Amino acid sequence: MTLTQAEKAAVVTIWAKMATQADAIGAESLERLFSSYPQTKTYFPHFDLSQGSGQLRGHGSKVMNAIGEAVKHIDDIRGALAKLSELHAYILRVDPVNFKLLSHCILCSVAARYPSDFTPEVHAAWDKFLSSVSSVLTEKYR
Amino acid sequence: MVLSATDKTNVKGIFTKISGHADQYGAETLERMFCTYPQTKTYFPHFDLHHGSAQVKAHGKKVACALVEAANHIDDIAGALSKLSDLHAQKLRVDPVNFKLLGHCFLVVVAIHHPTLLTPEVHASLDKFLCAVATVLTAKYR
Repeated sequence: MTLTQAEKAAVVTIWAKMATQADAIGAESLERLFSSYPQTKTYFPHFDLSQGSGQLRGHGSKVMNAIGEAVKHIDDIRGALAKLSELHAYILRVDPVNFKLLSHCILCSVAARYPSDFTPEVHAAWDKFLSSVSSVLTEKYR
Repeated sequence: MVLSATDKTNVKGIFTKISGHADQYGAETLERMFCTYPQTKTYFPHFDLHHGSAQVKAHGKKVACALVEAANHIDDIAGALSKLSDLHAQKLRVDPVNFKLLGHCFLVVVAIHHPTLLTPEVHASLDKFLCAVATVLTAKYR
């Protein structure tokens, strides 16, 4: 699955709008994830997952930074996230199904904050983009 | 996900061994799939899906041939299955989840007929190969 020029433009444009709130969106996405899909908490036994937790905010930032990197290098997501890909493959080993869940939560958070920008086309572009990111992060698993 | 040299060797090895029975295995795969995952029948309202149906046999042969093609061109599955990829994207539009079900059934059929061949390593290679085929066939969906 490749992103068309229009899709890349849509991703980059929305990211530019989100950039200042990226950390908050990250934390919110994780909160949604742990709330709607409690099984995802299994990967964070060492975290305080209550609302507003510093660890949640910190981790949300990490996630959004990585997404920002992928946006910046949207023509070579694989290269940009190579180290993260290895981290997920050899150490974290997050079950691939969870990337869909997190992507869904990120999309919900973005939609909630930018309702008029989140047209069906933009939604599709972001969904493809997050799918690409997920693919890269799980491709070295085996 | 990239097929290693060992994966390719394993896959080619399996297909060499099963080449004489590919058609039969294709039909059996479909039968198992329709049996175990009845929702997959939704794509074949025009078929007689009873045991021994000539249509299922013919279709099983088509599926098997495609897998053999992919195995024979394992270094360029996307090229080998390009037309099939277009067909799935523009006409068939089989929900991607069903490729996993078909792949699983194919593995079961191989396991039943060649228990000693399907070691854990070969199983993993074959599973990766089937995932790669599924990825190619759904790559042009959007």
